[in-house]
Amino acid sequence: MKVLVPVKRVIDFNVKVRVKSDQTGVDLANVKMSMNPFDEIAVEEAVRLKEKGKATEIVAVSIGPQQASETLRTALAMGADRGILVKTDAEVEPLAVAKLLKAIVDEEKPELVITGKQAIDDDCNQTGQMLAALLGWGQGAFAHRLELEGGTAKIEREVDGGLQTVEVKLPAVMTTDLRLNEPRYASLPNIMKAKKKPIAEKTPADYGVDVTPRLKVLKVTEPAKRSAGIKVKSVSELLDKLTEAGVI
Amino acid sequence: MASLVLAEHNNAALSDATAKTVTAASAVSTPVHVLVAGQNCGAVADAAAKIKGVEKVLLADDPLYAHMMAETMETLLLSLAPKYDAILAPATTDGKNILPRVAAKLDVPQISEIIKVVGPDIFERPIYAGNAIQTVEAKLPKKVITVRITAFKAPGEGGNAQIEKISAAGDPGTTKFDGEVLSRSERPELTAAKIVVSGGRGLGSAENFKLIEKVADRLHAAVGASRAAVDAGYVPNDYQVGQTGKVVAPDLYLAVGISGAIQHLAGMKDSKVIAAINKDEEAPIFQVADFGLVADLFQALPELDQELAKRGR
Repeated sequence: MKVLVPVKRVIDFNVKVRVKSDQTGVDLANVKMSMNPFDEIAVEEAVRLKEKGKATEIVAVSIGPQQASETLRTALAMGADRGILVKTDAEVEPLAVAKLLKAIVDEEKPELVITGKQAIDDDCNQTGQMLAALLGWGQGAFAHRLELEGGTAKIEREVDGGLQTVEVKLPAVMTTDLRLNEPRYASLPNIMKAKKKPIAEKTPADYGVDVTPRLKVLKVTEPAKRSAGIKVKSVSELLDKLTEAGVI
Repeated sequence: MASLVLAEHNNAALSDATAKTVTAASAVSTPVHVLVAGQNCGAVADAAAKIKGVEKVLLADDPLYAHMMAETMETLLLSLAPKYDAILAPATTDGKNILPRVAAKLDVPQISEIIKVVGPDIFERPIYAGNAIQTVEAKLPKKVITVRITAFKAPGEGGNAQIEKISAAGDPGTTKFDGEVLSRSERPELTAAKIVVSGGRGLGSAENFKLIEKVADRLHAAVGASRAAVDAGYVPNDYQVGQTGKVVAPDLYLAVGISGAIQHLAGMKDSKVIAAINKDEEAPIFQVADFGLVADLFQALPELDQELAKRGR
């Protein structure tokens, strides 16, 4: 079966973001960009399915600027077979991403789409669920473990109360949570090999999708800052201070 | 028109998250109706009817909704959507699982995890792990919104809404519930607790995590954890506090053996008072802590336990 894995280029998770002084967004100039960590987990899961002989082909998709092709190369170096870059410099909202992915799914006909549960830039947590709805497919969101049996995906999900297992008919969409797997580092030979793997370049217009944002960002501001308080010298002083503060 | 709030519950009890979402909904569009979907969940509907500001409770009591699967909930919510101009749910794992499907089918973007309703069309929401706050204007035919519950206060009781039973709306048949393993605890629920005691990688093992639990029990606190402690298997996944785990804002957050990565801070920095115990005085957690104690947790935690006992806790 074919597996489709969307990957997003985002600010590296180690970078401390800075809000621009004109309040139009965060400063992305000269900061390190990487693949969204949840998407790395998605690629890893797909590669493991291929290694187990369950997946036959892995197609990675990225929607973003030209540099998103680097993110696709990372996916290819981890083990994806080919890439599709939907090139746009616009800020693409999750609904538009889901519409583009639906058009790609209609063409590619994968049996499983694995997305990250959320991107660490906009923290939306929407795309996978929206894609599943647009396709009329079932979903296993926030996946902790995946087992494929016949025509179904048995997905253990991380939920507020613990873990929940669902059986989803294929084709389906799964979104990854943190403990699904530990993504590998691409080896140097695989990085070299990835340079030869094909990446098809498309535009949103090729899929007939309007990516104009529907939400208007009025401003982006700094959150209220917390400042460091005081250091206490002992456990008993700590309890005194907490009692004074009225919280214990 | 009106707002529809999706109730968060476990078929037996209504979660406090629902009332907080009603507060947000009241600022978006009134009157506010609450949808209780579940199985044998009449008591939940009764509790929802008492929330101040709720005009009507819709009760869909059917085996189909026993576990609020996203696919069947999508069908149900879409059948109700024409009567509402806003549909809201708390940003719990259920809300996050279900609502994007509804938004996609209504062809509107979802507004995720709002922390403030500036006006009926204007919302604040955290991005980049809460390191920036985005203000968005949503002039949309319908608004689909998840609500960060730590940012809103419950309106209290005193309501007397009518309860209207509605029938089930069909099953697309794609997904089947196949069991759950829920953490059982006598402690308060993590996102609702007044005090949270959290442990990190510094604890070193599941066995040592009992030191955290002992102190938590003396304080009648909930127990939380950093991602590192969950990844290492010291505690279950539902203990995780952070950008992609649970967001908490208790009166007191006591972080023990937690270095304070930005992803963890995203889940707790709105706590009223933060206290931290860490042996590394350079740990970033001290930059947000009101009270910091540089100490070895293996000495500090037993001492804390004894000292609390001495003080009658």
